[in-house]
Amino acid sequence: MPGMSRKVALALAATASLTLLATACTGQSQSAASDDTSKETTLNFWHAWSAPGEVAAVKALVAGFEKAHPNIHVNVVDNMTDDKINQALRAGGDKAPDVISSFTTTNVGRFCSSGALVDLNPFFKKDKIDPETTFPKAMNEYTQYGGDRCAVPLLGDAYGLYYNKTAFEKAGIAAPPKTWSEFEADAKKLTITQGNTYKQLGLMPDYHGWETTTEHYLGQFSPTYFDSSGKSNVAKDPAFAQAFTLQKKLVDELGGYKKLETYRATLGDEWGAKHPFHTGQVAMQLDGEWRLGMALDTKPKFEIGVAPLPVPDDQADTYGKGYITGTIAGVAATSKKQNAAWELVKYMTTDTDAVVNFSNAIHNVPSTLAALKSPKLKFDPRFKTFLDIAANPNSTTAPASINGGTYLTTIQQLGFDYESGKVKDLKAGLEKAAQQIDTDIAQAK
Amino acid sequence: MSTVTLASKRRRSALRTLAFLSPWLIGFAVFFAYPMISTVYFSFMHYDGFKPPTWSGTKNWTYVFEHYPLFWPALRNTLWLVVIMVSLRVLFGLGIGLLITKIKTGTGVFRTLFYLPYLAPPVAATMAFAFLLNPGTGPVNSLLEKVGIPAPGWFNDPNWSKPGLTLMFLWGIGDLMVIFMAALLDVPKEQYEAAELDGTSAWQRFRFVTLPNIAPIIMFAVVTGVIQAMQAYTQPLVAGKVASGVIQGAGTIFEPGYPEHSTLTLPQLVYNLGFQRFDYGSACVVALVLFTLSMAFTALLMRRRGGLIQAGD
Repeated sequence: MPGMSRKVALALAATASLTLLATACTGQSQSAASDDTSKETTLNFWHAWSAPGEVAAVKALVAGFEKAHPNIHVNVVDNMTDDKINQALRAGGDKAPDVISSFTTTNVGRFCSSGALVDLNPFFKKDKIDPETTFPKAMNEYTQYGGDRCAVPLLGDAYGLYYNKTAFEKAGIAAPPKTWSEFEADAKKLTITQGNTYKQLGLMPDYHGWETTTEHYLGQFSPTYFDSSGKSNVAKDPAFAQAFTLQKKLVDELGGYKKLETYRATLGDEWGAKHPFHTGQVAMQLDGEWRLGMALDTKPKFEIGVAPLPVPDDQADTYGKGYITGTIAGVAATSKKQNAAWELVKYMTTDTDAVVNFSNAIHNVPSTLAALKSPKLKFDPRFKTFLDIAANPNSTTAPASINGGTYLTTIQQLGFDYESGKVKDLKAGLEKAAQQIDTDIAQAK
Repeated sequence: MSTVTLASKRRRSALRTLAFLSPWLIGFAVFFAYPMISTVYFSFMHYDGFKPPTWSGTKNWTYVFEHYPLFWPALRNTLWLVVIMVSLRVLFGLGIGLLITKIKTGTGVFRTLFYLPYLAPPVAATMAFAFLLNPGTGPVNSLLEKVGIPAPGWFNDPNWSKPGLTLMFLWGIGDLMVIFMAALLDVPKEQYEAAELDGTSAWQRFRFVTLPNIAPIIMFAVVTGVIQAMQAYTQPLVAGKVASGVIQGAGTIFEPGYPEHSTLTLPQLVYNLGFQRFDYGSACVVALVLFTLSMAFTALLMRRRGGLIQAGD
């Protein structure tokens, strides 16, 4: 028996030590905004841009900062996706980033609630910068969660409508659609069928039609995703049912889900030269500001027009708005140089000239109200549409959530199921989606 | 005195044994025992990777089994691949192995031709298959239409996406072909000669001579195949992404298993829950389900009665 007890004790001790080891690997955030910004410091800045032109633009942006702050040096690391950033934020250490930037605005809720990025409200207050008057409304919204402002917008993306002017002229359409009924009528008029397929499709309305995602469509309907208690509003806010219904109507009127999906499978991918808008196979396309440059690079055989995406007929007075998202920057909670890190973030996100130059270099929408109006902005006249959408106070975004974009995935799934006819009872589908969103959020808390 | 010496010798011997075993023991502890215990531990904890883990009881288990809508479709798909794809791969690998061992001329060329696809990088191979099987522009469907066979939607059709994946895994049969070929060449010729003298048919020779001789190799192929199918991640993910036309990158929303979850597998859920949603507890639950299933399949296949290993093997 004593031998047995010793073995049991040994087994328990081994298990306990392994368990303790397991728990010891968990990161802890700590406050460290006590560094002296006048001293020589080197910061690590991780960002997600990867194209050579974009990487060069980030380097130029950082070079501007280093010129203005000769004692703060920045070690820039590119092509860092959120999963890598998260691991580094958790681990901390000398090689971990002090400043990060991410393309996934829906992750802000997680960055804030987990404490991975520090709340920047005290820094804004200290430097007397009012985020409400500095950033466009939607961008201001997606950089905070529950009053915690752990991120700052670092350029943005605005979504609008690209249209084939030549096809519009041929179809006798004088101007881009402003309301949903005009949009529907134009999409039908621009559609030329050819046997069981299309010679030209007015619009690829499916939720898989590259950027015609549920949240991008929904942006035009100004929905309220969550109520004041943080519960999903999907089943309560009529904007959701309206958006799903109108999109489904469009799908049915343009040939039906199956025919459209079969046609979509024959089209080029979103990021290639053979994108169906570039080739003229699709006459209208909901897309971000970057599409203009990409489309022009392919030298299309038609004139490209740009306009805000139409709005529902009952919201005609809000025409000009659009869906907004973008890149965010933040300061790591594990950083021991948070004051210096804030200086870098402040420069990149609030210095008008820095924001303008960066925007000119990578052709994204500037993320401050001052930069949006700057005469130093260089752009194709059509790009102005996106600047206006970004500055429009009615423009919308998908709010930050504790579990990132999980709620958007649930809404997106309902969209796929509804447009394909798998879900026939929209009301029941919306209620089920709302319940799922609430369950997922409860799981994340 | 002699007892003490004996005990000391035994202790020294035990220490020596332990020293020789230590590389394996360390490897086992670091790469198996520790991750395994951690996985079980974290499956009962709420842990987002940042804040210290907190006890959550069976919450993660309840969430995964009752409230996570992707779990059951992913489990069904994984089991489909385990049962259908692994069976077809073993049969096809054995068939090709038999064929190659019978060929008299050009054996080297055929061996190379059948083995080469196995060396293709999974992402490149999947993208090539997605292109070949594109329902609108792919050459496979053009050919099928020309000969009057209704063309399937392959990776764009939830009913055809898994058969499409199976077709791709059959194309890369080189690994199984090699081991089956080696096993078949290893069957003693005398046994075939004796069977022939007894007047047996080709099927009887295969059934009563070949099959018993290569049974352990079939067993190996099935068990490793089941484990590989359980781990299927890259090919289903890439096939779904390429077919959907929506390339998932930074800033885009995770779309689980296009079309209609049909290419979603359990390892994809582990990644989604653990590294995209940072719900490590639920990810650990799915990982434990995978482990349990792998163990159950292996135990089922290896049991002495009714399994692939018969008494005496």
